[in-house]
This record gives sequence, C-alpha cells and structure tokens, in this order.
Amino acid sequence: MKPISKIPSSEITPEETFLNRRFFMKTAIWAGSTVATGAVYRAFSPRSEVKSTGAEIAKVGESSFKNGLGADEKVNSFREIAGYNNYYEFSTDKSAVAAKAKDFVTDPWSVAVGGLVGKPRVFGLEDLLKMESEERVYRFRCVEGWSMVIPWVGFPLAKLLSLVEPKSEATHVAFETYYDLKQMPDAGSAGIDLPYVEGLRMDEAMHPLTLLATGLYGKTLPNQNGAPIRLVVPWKYGFKSIKSVVKITLTNREPPTTWSLANPGEYGFYSNVNPKVDHPRWSQARERRIGETGSRETLMFNGYAEQVASLYAGMNLEEDF
Amino acid sequence: MAATFGNDGRFHRQLIMVNGLLPMVLMGFDAWRGKLGVNPAEFVTRATGVMTLVFLVLTLLVTPLRKTLGWNWLLKQRRLLGLFAFFYCCGHLLTYLAFDRDWQLGTVYEDVVKRRFIAVGMFSFALMVPLAVTSTNAMIKKLGGPRWAQLHRLTYYITIGGVLHYYMIVKSDATYPLWFAVMVAVLLGYRVVASLKKGKEREAVGVVK
Repeated sequence: MKPISKIPSSEITPEETFLNRRFFMKTAIWAGSTVATGAVYRAFSPRSEVKSTGAEIAKVGESSFKNGLGADEKVNSFREIAGYNNYYEFSTDKSAVAAKAKDFVTDPWSVAVGGLVGKPRVFGLEDLLKMESEERVYRFRCVEGWSMVIPWVGFPLAKLLSLVEPKSEATHVAFETYYDLKQMPDAGSAGIDLPYVEGLRMDEAMHPLTLLATGLYGKTLPNQNGAPIRLVVPWKYGFKSIKSVVKITLTNREPPTTWSLANPGEYGFYSNVNPKVDHPRWSQARERRIGETGSRETLMFNGYAEQVASLYAGMNLEEDF
Repeated sequence: MAATFGNDGRFHRQLIMVNGLLPMVLMGFDAWRGKLGVNPAEFVTRATGVMTLVFLVLTLLVTPLRKTLGWNWLLKQRRLLGLFAFFYCCGHLLTYLAFDRDWQLGTVYEDVVKRRFIAVGMFSFALMVPLAVTSTNAMIKKLGGPRWAQLHRLTYYITIGGVLHYYMIVKSDATYPLWFAVMVAVLLGYRVVASLKKGKEREAVGVVK
C-alpha cells in the first residue's frame, strides 16, 4: 500500500480544531474591522460637548440698543455658539476648536493701543473687564453661509478709542490677534498668514454698533470664541470680528487684512454682509441659521442697514466688497 | 489557512457590505439622537463626499494589492467597492439638492454653470452613472471583458475629478484634499510605471526573437 499523503497523520489538524480556528479568525476580523471603521467615523464626526467655564462679568448694564430681531429669530444656545467656531490658529475644523483651545492662557492679557493717538496706552485685562459693559444680541453671519444670533457682553470700541485720543489724521484702525505656535501648535496648517490681522475705517470703528466683546451669555468669553477680548462688527461677515485682540493701531491708510491677503478676489477689505454680492464660489443670497432646518434670506448689512447704510453712501458695493 | 481565507468570497462580501454601510448607520443613529454637531447639514454633506473618495481610492487600491501581495481575491469585490462609492456619491448629491438648493431643482443648471467646483463634481458624478449601470455580470458579458475594462478605466478621471472638487471648495487649509491627491497620485503612478515596464519587457522579448 502506498501512503496517500507524505504528511504524517500526527501533523494533520483535526477537522474540529480547523473549523474552530477559522471561526475564531473570522470573529476576530469581524470585530477588528467594524471597531476600526466605527472608530474612524467617530474620530471625524463632530464632538460638540462644550462646558461653560466663564466667570460672571461684574457690571452688565441694560442694553442701550434694541436688537431688532424678527419674531421668528431665536438666540442660539451656548452649545451652538461655543461648539462651532472658526479660529484657524487652533484648528480649521469648527467642531474641534473648543477642545484644542481648552488650555489657551488668556490671563494675564494686555491690549496695546497706539499709532496715531494722543495717549498710547497698554490696557491690562483688569482695565478692560472694568469697563461698563452691556449685553448686545446681534446676528452673526459667517462668509461661509451660516449664521447665529449671539448674546454678547461688551462695550463700544469707540469708548476705548476715546480714552487714547485719536489724532485727526487717523483714518483707519488695525487689529492683531495673539499668535504663539507653542499654544497654537496646529496654526501651521491653517493655510493663512498669521498673526491674524483685521481693519476698519475710522467711522466704522467709531460706530455705536461696533463692540469689543468680553463675554457671552453674561459670562466671560470661552477661549474658542476669542477670549479674553474680541471685536464684533455685526453688519460684516464674521471674519472681520477678529478674536483675542492684543494690538490696536490707528493709522492713516487702509491696513492689510488676513483674508484679503490670502485671497483678494474672494474677500475684500469691507466685507459687508450683502445678499446681492456673491462670493465667487457660492451665493450669499441666503443663509443657514444654525438650529434651523431650512435656509433663510440674508439681509442687507445683516439687518443693520438702518444704522449703517449711510456709512457707505455713494460707494459701489460690488467693487468695494 | 490563507488559501481558505482567500477563497471565501461570501465572507469578503459580507465584510465589505457591513463595513461600508456602518458609517451610514452610525450617521443615521447620530441624526436620530441629535448628535450630528452644530451644523448637521454641513457634516453630512462633507461626510458623504469624503466616503465617496474613500471608496474610489479603495477601488484603485485593488490592482496594486493584487500585483504586489498576490491578493487576487480582491478582484471579485472591486465592483462592490465601486458601487459603495456611487452609493455615497448619490447621498452627497442629495445633501446638495436638499441643503444647498433647498430642493429648487430648477436652479441646479444655473449653479453648475456658475460655480466651477460644482461643475467638476457633477461631471464626475455623471461619469459614475454608466459605470454603476454596467456593474452587473450580465453587462460584463454583453460588453465583453476588454471593452468593459476600458469603460471602467473612467474611474481614474472620476477620482481625479472628485479630489479636485474637494480641493476647490476648501477655504485655506487643504490638508485633507492633499492627502487624497497624494494617495491617488501614488495609485495612478503605480499603473503608469507598471505599464511602462510591461512595454519595455515586450520590447526586450521582441529583440530576443
């Protein structure tokens, strides 16, 4: 008799063990692959749990301004406002900013105000928080096409500027955001030149709607919203409202601004909210109000035309977009 | 063991089906419990778009893996991977129609003409349709293997178009589209090198003869 196989029978895996091993392998592959797929999905899906860590702001006065919101416009929740932020120094993922900015140091802080002023001055955080503040509920319209309604706490920029006595030749105001790669390690992939800079014309800066915000919902600002102090210009696209300001300089020429440096054809110096002037890559006629399912019409000057339209009388807003 | 795994087509199919549908199921679950983040429309639009690119890259990965690692069993699953790309792309198109166009279907043509990145995306989607339609065994037989394979090389252009579409909508941080661009460049580069080598070998054989 010839042997059928050269493999000694002792080395043949019994059928039962073989099937068990195959079952084990399959189970392991099932578990490994589905856990991996789920984990990748989770890693890229928004985690919008945000905690309110702000301190009470001592002096919040009655609002000097009627917010003018329509009957169908609701103030957005803290979770929405503090969980969805464009702050490219920390991350270009709006849902990831809150977590990445968690340990940002905003105290001590100072804002140097200088340039064409009579009394240049460095304001410490204490000075700024002592300013008489009030709540202002403003619409906030992002150039990307989404919007919110936000209850800011702050004081008019004009108030701060009056303390440094602007010279008559000052025509513009330049702003700069804090920048530090040690605290902002992902800033390198932002794709824009940093530090972030912004600017306003003098009359825009002095307008009573233009706010320096130090708080949100009655408490000091969350880091991701631009703590400890930021600009809020409600009739302009959100990127004009520069965050975590460290420097304010009065000048006699139009200052450079980050987004128009990055892409001059898409972002202008003025960047007033205007439903009639489209962004080259998308329409600005409508907006998605965060928390709503449908979209709504974008209002001229974000609904503040009555207060600010006169600033731009005689200008061609399609050229000066 | 390896041979057994390699022959188990049913297992591979189930594995791809479940893992391919899983992101969709998780998204549905998150939607149901209201955990799609602050701007669900934006998230779902981006997620379906990225999933389309992921599956396109996976289909392009099949040939290099077969040739370098001998994983020939992958070939049988390639059409399923491609159909998943089409599936997520349809989802992506629906989110665009629902959230970007508010179901005003009449405005789509105007939008395609006006916005270049939309045009690139639509063009890539249009190229996917004939591939999805011809993905059945009957259609392979009808067209004949070589012609079918030639038609399905449109996948290269679809993928390039998809990555370009992603790159064009980014505001400033192009990290993710660039990752995809690198992957696609490597996978298409592999094919170019392989075909050049093949050409040379043929030439060499010709000389000997």
